Amino acid sequence: MSPAPRVAVTPISAFDESHRTAPHVTIRGLSKRYTDATIYDNFDFDIPRGKLISVFGPNGCGKSTLINMIAGLVPPDAGEVLFDGRPLSRVKFGYVFQNYREALFPWLAAFDNIAYPLKLMGVPKAEREARVERLIARLGVKIDLALYPYYLSGGQQQLVSIMRALIVEPEILFLDEPFSALDYEMTLFMRDQLQRVFVETATTTVLVSHDLEEAVYLSDYVLLLSRHPARVVEFVPYDAPRPRTDKTMSEPGFIATKAHCLKLFQREVNRA
Amino acid sequence: MTKSKALLPLVGVAILLAVWEMVNWLRLVDPVLLPSPAATFHTLWEGMVAGKLGADFLKTVLRTIYSTAIAAVIAIPLGILLGSSEKVYRSVEFLIDFFRSTPASAMFPLFLVLFGVGDRTKISVAAFGAALVILFNVAYGVMNARKTRLLAAKVMGASRSRVLFDVMLKESLPQTFVGLRNGVSLALVIIVVAEMFIGSTDGLGQRVFEAQQLFDMPGMYAAIFAAGALGYTLNLLFLVIERRFVHWAGR
Repeated sequence: MSPAPRVAVTPISAFDESHRTAPHVTIRGLSKRYTDATIYDNFDFDIPRGKLISVFGPNGCGKSTLINMIAGLVPPDAGEVLFDGRPLSRVKFGYVFQNYREALFPWLAAFDNIAYPLKLMGVPKAEREARVERLIARLGVKIDLALYPYYLSGGQQQLVSIMRALIVEPEILFLDEPFSALDYEMTLFMRDQLQRVFVETATTTVLVSHDLEEAVYLSDYVLLLSRHPARVVEFVPYDAPRPRTDKTMSEPGFIATKAHCLKLFQREVNRA
Repeated sequence: MTKSKALLPLVGVAILLAVWEMVNWLRLVDPVLLPSPAATFHTLWEGMVAGKLGADFLKTVLRTIYSTAIAAVIAIPLGILLGSSEKVYRSVEFLIDFFRSTPASAMFPLFLVLFGVGDRTKISVAAFGAALVILFNVAYGVMNARKTRLLAAKVMGASRSRVLFDVMLKESLPQTFVGLRNGVSLALVIIVVAEMFIGSTDGLGQRVFEAQQLFDMPGMYAAIFAAGALGYTLNLLFLVIERRFVHWAGR
C-alpha cells in the first residue's frame, strides 16, 4: 500500500498534528429554557482535547444540564455541539451517572455489565471477554467481577460503571457527580482510581462536581459557571504534575487555585 | 439457635392441633361437626392415596395451571405493550380497573352461556380473572422501570427494541412475578368455586360440596386441607421460581 498523499483531503484527521492541539468539542449558541428559568442562553465553549475538566458552579446553574446536553441526554432548545466537527451520533463516548445503583443492570454480573456496550456494538463474545480482561489488567482492578453489582460496595459499583463507560474506548468521558453518593473514605479512593484511569487513557474527560476540592484536585482546568443563565466565569488552569496525592492538596499551587476558585464562586453566589 | 428458629413456624401448627384435640376431647363442639385431628388426617391420607380425593386434587391442579398459563400468555405481552406507553395505558386504565374490581364469580352465568357447562367455562372464567391481575402488574412493572437505567442503555447506544428487551422487560420482571403469584391464587379461588356449582362432577370444590351434602364431615375437612395445601404450594412454587429468576428483586 502506498502512503496517502500529504495533501489533506478531509480537513480533519486524527493523525494531523495541528489537530492535536485544536479543541475537541466545540459548543456554539447552546440555549436551554425550562418553564421557570433560562439555564443557557447562547452559550459558547471549547473543550480542550485530552484534558480533564471539572464543571463547578452555584446550585441549579445547570452543571449537569450542560454535560447532559453535550452527551445527548437532554435536547437543547438551540445550538450545536460538535466533536472534531462531527455530531454526537458519530462519536463513541462514555457517561457515568451519579446514581450507580440505578445505572448498573442488577440482572447482569459486574463483568457482563462492563461488556454490555460491546454487546450492543455487536462485538463477538470471545472478543468482548478479552477486551474486558484487558481493561481490568490495565486499571489494576481487584474486584470479583463475577458477582452481581448489588453484592459490591458503592465505590466498587461506581468503578464498574466507569469501566462500563471506558470499555468502548470512548474519545470523551462524562461523569455527573460520580462520587457524591459515596462516603469520604471511598470518595478519596475513587478520586485516585479516576486519576489513574485518566493517566492511563488520556481520554478527554468532563466531570461535574459539587466539591471544589475534588474539582481542583482532579482537573487540568476548572470550568466555573455563573448563576443561570450560565456564562463562563473563568476557565481556571491547574497544572500540578500527576499522579497527584494527598500531598498535592497542601501545596501552595493547589491552595492558591482553590482559593481563587472559591472567591469567584462566592462572588457568583452572592450576586442577587 | 438457627435450628430452633427454623422450627418456629411449627409452633403455631402445634398450638392449633393441641387446641383442636382439646376441644374434641372435652366435647366442646359436637364431634359429628368437628371430628378429631387424627380422624381428619386419616381421611385426608386415605383419600389422597387411594380414594377419590387424589383424582379431584389433580383435576383442580390442572385447571388452575391451565387457566394461569392462558392468562399469562395473554396478559404478559399485552401488559408490556400497554406499559411501554403511559398514554396507551391511561386510556384503558379504567377498563382494566373496572373489570379487575368486578367479582369474577359474577361472570359465571355469562361464561356458561358462552362456553356451556364444562371445563372450558371454569378455565376461562379463572383465566379472565387472573389475566387482569397479571396485566395490571406487568403494565405497572414496565411503566415504573427505573428511568436512569433506561437512560443508561440509551446513552450506550441501545435501540428502542434493545431498551425494551434488555432493560424494560428485566425491570418489569419482579412486578410480573407479583402478578403471577396473585393471579394463580385468584385462579385457584375461582376454579374451586366453579367446581362447587356449575354442573360439576369433579375437583376439590365438588369434593367439599359433596361431602357437605352427604354430611361426611371428615371428608369435608380433608378436602378443605387439600385445597389449602394446594394454594400454599402454588404460592411457594412461584416464590421459588421468582427467587431463582429474579434474584435482584428488592435489591
